Amino acid sequence: MREPTLLFFLSAFLFSAGMLIVFTKKNAIMVLLGIELMLNAANLNLVVFSRQNILLEGQFFALFVILVAVCEAAVGIAIILKAYHYYHTSVPDQISDIKEKN
Amino acid sequence: MNPAMLTLYVFVAAAVVAVLVMVFTRTVLFAALSLIVCLISVAGIYALLSAEFLAITQLIIYAGGVLVLILFGIMLTNRIAGKTQRTESHHIVPGLVISMAMFITLIVAFDKTSFIQPDRVPMPGNHINAIGVELMSTYAAPFEIGGLLLLVCLIGASLMASSFKKNDHA
Repeated sequence: MREPTLLFFLSAFLFSAGMLIVFTKKNAIMVLLGIELMLNAANLNLVVFSRQNILLEGQFFALFVILVAVCEAAVGIAIILKAYHYYHTSVPDQISDIKEKN
Repeated sequence: MNPAMLTLYVFVAAAVVAVLVMVFTRTVLFAALSLIVCLISVAGIYALLSAEFLAITQLIIYAGGVLVLILFGIMLTNRIAGKTQRTESHHIVPGLVISMAMFITLIVAFDKTSFIQPDRVPMPGNHINAIGVELMSTYAAPFEIGGLLLLVCLIGASLMASSFKKNDHA
């Protein structure tokens, strides 16, 4: 199997697995991990095609994707911690009220 | 088979196994650790694809930063201290159907697309010098905006996660 084909298959697999994790896992941290996996699959594609066309644009795009992914992880964990502090759970299904209980 | 291709296969296999562990495990800690294994394997693939700067960045940011962040998140959201945090699955059949459809769509799309084959061969050596120059000239604006985004994100996340409250309610 040629190198780009193999890596494209890997990227598609990573993306689908990330999607599966986001859809099926109940814990909010698992959902965050799935999103990281999907962003990483996109990055892998960018790097492979950047290598194919001998341009650096793909690598720059991947670099900025990593930057945004890190921001998203930090803010996501902060929101999960805050929600845990308030609702005593990190399972989004159990969080049903948005307003403060009286 | 040359050694570079063999190394590539090893990294691909490691990434696939780590992702399968992530899908099937019920312990959140194991899932986080296998995510890191997968990301390090992808960093190795980047290094083989002559994207050395990206490989090192991925290694430092994910293994150094995001792993610690997620592990702290897992530890701080343990309801009962000393008990491993478990995760249940729901909507398994629709999730499987949608992700399999996505996978098949991507594979079929890749199969049906004809890519332009460049006639140049990949240049040897590393691109780190070129990346540094480009990052400070052509990509200076996104670079600065990225820095601003990181600053905003840092302040926002620490403000949100801190237990400091303005009013003494609750």
